[in-house]
Amino acid sequence: MATISPRNARTRSAPQVGRSMARADAAEKLRGDAQYVGDLVVPRMLHGKVLRSPYAHARIVSIDTSAADAMPGVVAILSGADLLDIDPYYGHAIKDRPIVAIDRVRFAGEPVAAVAATDEATAEAAVAAIVVEYRELPMVGTLEEALAPGAVLVHDGPLRPGDFHGLGTLPERDGNVCYRYVIDRGELDGTFAAADIVVDEEYVFPSVYQYAMETHSVVAQVDSDGITIWASCQHPFLVRAEIAALFAVPLGRVRIIVPYLGGGFGSKSYTKMEPITVALARKAGRPVRIVNRVDESMVTTRRHNMTVRMRTAATSDGRLLARDVLASFDTGAYADNGPRVTATGGDAAPGPYRWSAVRVDAACVYTNTAPSGSYRAFGAAHLQWAGELQVDEIARRAGIDPIEIRRLNLLRPGEQVRPGGKPLDADLVGDVEKVAEALGWSREKDPGTGRGVSVGLLAAGAHPVSSAVVRMEADGLAVVLVGSTEVGQGQRTAFAQIAGEVLAMPAERITCQGTDTRYTPYDRSTGASRSTTLAGLAVQRAAEAVRVDLLDIAATVWPGDLAAIELRDGAAWHGEESRTYPELIAKRFGLSGGQLIGEGGVHPDGTGSYAEGPVFWEVCIGAAEVHVDRETGQIAVRRTATVADVGRAINPQLVERQDEGATMQGIGNALFEEMLFADGQLLNDNLLEYRIPTIEDLPTHSSCVIVENEDGPGPFGAKGCGEGAFAGIVGAIATAVADAGVPMTELPFTPERVWRRIQELEKEPA
Amino acid sequence: MRIALQLNGEQTSLDIEPQEFLLDVLRDDLGLTGAKRSCDTQVCGTCTVLVDGAPVSACTYLAAETDGRAVTTIEGFRETPAFEPIAAAFTRHAALQCGFCTPGMVLTIHALLEDGDLTDEASIRHSLAGNLCRCTGYRAILDAVGELASERTA
Repeated sequence: MATISPRNARTRSAPQVGRSMARADAAEKLRGDAQYVGDLVVPRMLHGKVLRSPYAHARIVSIDTSAADAMPGVVAILSGADLLDIDPYYGHAIKDRPIVAIDRVRFAGEPVAAVAATDEATAEAAVAAIVVEYRELPMVGTLEEALAPGAVLVHDGPLRPGDFHGLGTLPERDGNVCYRYVIDRGELDGTFAAADIVVDEEYVFPSVYQYAMETHSVVAQVDSDGITIWASCQHPFLVRAEIAALFAVPLGRVRIIVPYLGGGFGSKSYTKMEPITVALARKAGRPVRIVNRVDESMVTTRRHNMTVRMRTAATSDGRLLARDVLASFDTGAYADNGPRVTATGGDAAPGPYRWSAVRVDAACVYTNTAPSGSYRAFGAAHLQWAGELQVDEIARRAGIDPIEIRRLNLLRPGEQVRPGGKPLDADLVGDVEKVAEALGWSREKDPGTGRGVSVGLLAAGAHPVSSAVVRMEADGLAVVLVGSTEVGQGQRTAFAQIAGEVLAMPAERITCQGTDTRYTPYDRSTGASRSTTLAGLAVQRAAEAVRVDLLDIAATVWPGDLAAIELRDGAAWHGEESRTYPELIAKRFGLSGGQLIGEGGVHPDGTGSYAEGPVFWEVCIGAAEVHVDRETGQIAVRRTATVADVGRAINPQLVERQDEGATMQGIGNALFEEMLFADGQLLNDNLLEYRIPTIEDLPTHSSCVIVENEDGPGPFGAKGCGEGAFAGIVGAIATAVADAGVPMTELPFTPERVWRRIQELEKEPA
Repeated sequence: MRIALQLNGEQTSLDIEPQEFLLDVLRDDLGLTGAKRSCDTQVCGTCTVLVDGAPVSACTYLAAETDGRAVTTIEGFRETPAFEPIAAAFTRHAALQCGFCTPGMVLTIHALLEDGDLTDEASIRHSLAGNLCRCTGYRAILDAVGELASERTA
């Protein structure tokens, strides 16, 4: 065995990490060759359509499928009655959701039945021919209604914890509250009583739709081999586990294949349309494909709307003392990822400051509306803007600059963010200074404009379990097998670069393909900015194993002088002599060649629980300059800046794209995106009435500063990115609009809301 | 009903239903899946194809309307010389992420460049507002298209 440490091996090879290599999937995607689940056709495949409840809360009295059954081309109709042989409830946090409604519907849009037919039009017609008799029940459509004394209960039984909540012992359901996250440290009441400045305000955050352009899409096949699913899912291994549990099949007999995803942003995390598609395919005895329409995906998952009362106490010279937060997250009719969103929001609520007392009480609340789940920077996006508005208000009252108050109060690297968790692993003061400079903080302001910064932290990384395999073929090319999903973020490119760096060969000669759980090693999930950090670390370690193997073989070429052997540009070198990788592989395996196989993995040091985490603190930082038209209430975002504090940028161009995408989504969330519900009915369930940013909304100037302090736990000191900018930009727009003289407390800042606020402010006595 | 059209440069005869939309015919009957389905309401542009060189939303465009016309999808356009410069600019700027909007975006940009509609940043912003991209945040697309437009006018 080689004794050389691969980590310390010196290399003069062309660097692979840190260069803006072209996306490995660019040609495939530009040419229209990239396949998404909706493009796939499986032999004998049927088309599935779902019948959804028109009522927000109702008893199902009867379902009559006779007319639909009789239609030519209809192969199977699924309803709750078909699920008597299994435990049909799932949910990774709380097992509260049936595959299709059983006896009762809890939100408008809940699947009640599904049809598999030979073509989509027939399936649609058959869905329309199913007659369901409902008896409407009283419902709770808002957080206020759900939290009122004596409120109608969305779920009335005990809550069953799911397999992947990772949040310790779940508390008992309390009315419609399914989860509560509490922080209580320091002497809060006394600190507030003694403070010179207290800011106290209520804020409202809207429900928004992730809008991955590809809707949730699944093909499922159930046969004697087990269950095979082609799914637009971010977390194939968690979906596999839930499907295996639901249908009582061994893990290894559930096969999830993930082609390209048309965006995710959290909307395709955890289990979504997979169970109903599998149940329908099981009944039909043939493969079934279900592709949601946009209106269906909007009620499949959305972002939690939230209300919060927040108080912040400070000294007269702007030293922050205490914060008190009472927040409620609307998780809709089923918990989905609500508990983790609530916990993450609870952690984000204090902001990254040095407090003497903090109290956070964040509740995850059931209502009779569409279920809420993950969306980019959840928790931080919800609460950072509110907290940062209060910090700025304190700065204003204390008579100091927004940058100065942050310099004064921000945590320094190594300080505790929350007791028991990971200490701060970033230079926040440096980041704030950089973002302000990038925005042009010291430039003169035009009339009607305002500038703001915002800074926060997001508990990132989720549960630290990832694994990877790197295989080098006889031709010296390598393949990376990893269970992380290419959602568009570019992980296939980044993994090739990481492996290329370790193997001292061009990343262009390394390919990474989609997950097939039958062959790809386990990865917990693709989300929480974890792929580069954790799956990337697994890839690095797997590549190191291959590197050691190559050195082992090279040591047989030049015996006794291992220290003088160097891997460089696809070959082993000893002085002026070299052997290419194919030559080394041939030396080991003989003429027909073989394969070098390396494995790598990451697992938690402790239990990996949420309390011990996070894997790293993702920095959420943004700056914005806005113009407010006081006549119309229209806000124009003129300039934005973000800081991608990534430890080490594996691919700087892709890092910039992450921040640019997050910036634009943040602008949508801040200025106009809002799902409107009335009595549990979604009113704007299409892209005409639910507007997302177009290229016309792009600010005139935007910049992204990449900070590389090599302080991340991932490969080469990297840590994840892509979410922080979202919360940073929403917060920066809020503080900038306040700086322009219009402190807003309800997102999105639509012209009407802004105009009304201006009228209110003008009426207030000066 | 029977229609005759030029599809990606080849004379083609198709048997369709009068109410069928072009996107369904392309994707389901012909297996041309480069045009994607998303909003179904002519907002997102991911189903964009060219009819007689002009970009249309195939999700709401009747297949019957293509009778006697020329339809170009990404599968056809990628074989033409005009594809390469657009693909190169998009690759250089990483002006794509998930790729779902990309074929529609590429076809729209080609048509606009041909018509000379992309002259400056304002015209690019105005003309591309019908092609949504949720991933990139548009900055890289603006840069890539700006470069292509200036190559045209140079």
